Amino acid sequence: MGRASFSVGSRVWLFALSGMLCLLWVSQVFPQERKWLPLAADGVHDPRSPALKQLQEPREALSRLAPDPHVGNQVRWVKALELGQINPRTNIFPETKVSVLDQDIIMSNTGSRPKVRFPHKQHSLWLDCAICHEQLFKSKAGGNNISMLSILEGQQCGLCHGAVAFPLTECDRCHSVPHGVPIPDAIIGK
Amino acid sequence: MPERFFKGIRATALAAAAGIALALAVAGADDARAEYGDVVINNFSDAAGMRPVVFPHWFHRIRFRCKVCHADLGFKFQAGGNQINMVKIIDGEFCGACHNGEIAWSVENCNLCHSAKPGTPTQVHESTVQRLVAPGGVQPAPARK
Repeated sequence: MGRASFSVGSRVWLFALSGMLCLLWVSQVFPQERKWLPLAADGVHDPRSPALKQLQEPREALSRLAPDPHVGNQVRWVKALELGQINPRTNIFPETKVSVLDQDIIMSNTGSRPKVRFPHKQHSLWLDCAICHEQLFKSKAGGNNISMLSILEGQQCGLCHGAVAFPLTECDRCHSVPHGVPIPDAIIGK
Repeated sequence: MPERFFKGIRATALAAAAGIALALAVAGADDARAEYGDVVINNFSDAAGMRPVVFPHWFHRIRFRCKVCHADLGFKFQAGGNQINMVKIIDGEFCGACHNGEIAWSVENCNLCHSAKPGTPTQVHESTVQRLVAPGGVQPAPARK
């Protein structure tokens, strides 16, 4: 008697678990297309705010841009810029200088992870040299003690990556160069 | 025996339904989030009886490169770290460099910025740290006085 009720109980849990696993499997195998929450349901905007009738919905703007299905705004922002899908202003003051630097820095002191390729071009398309140099990073390859600990604390690369640029869970986008492979035209840092 | 059999079936069906509901709830909880990079600024708003401000990075970066605000206009890279107030904005500083009726809509549209749920703390929404380290609760950036 006791044994029978035990087996019913364990079967119940087994079915509950398999129900969950099935659903999780389905959601992994058939990834959903990009979805953006309406402002009224995003957990931050006040659904009673009169602004919601006027503000642009993320879906309306972001669904037209180069897709990045998993992270951030689900948009590859650099690609959208390079493809000309967006053309953000470089300055509002006429005297502001705009300079794009096409130079890669390779950081090789990365332990067992692949080396980091830092592309100046993609960064200087958006940013001004003075934002990073000389306070955040010295302009000397190998002259900066960059660590994942400070990055995860929101310093160094983590000032933007993990807050507004692609998040820190995307390891391979930075750690993209295998050890032992020579890189032409790149400056080798630490 | 049939009675016990049907009891077993019923319990199994209930458990499977509960499992599916739980999985949906987990998936659904992941969806309840603002857009990546949205900043809530609540240095003064709550105290002044206004809704906190939502700054959508995604909307602005379609129109301006980072350097426009973070180099030319002097915005620090810290949510709540700029001590922005309406006097400065009307004077043309910070948001007021564009939100002046010329480049973008002017300051009389209070509600368009002040649109967050009252009481929402200053934060960068959906930051990796917020997601991984404190998934259950928001880790608000400290507001400097």
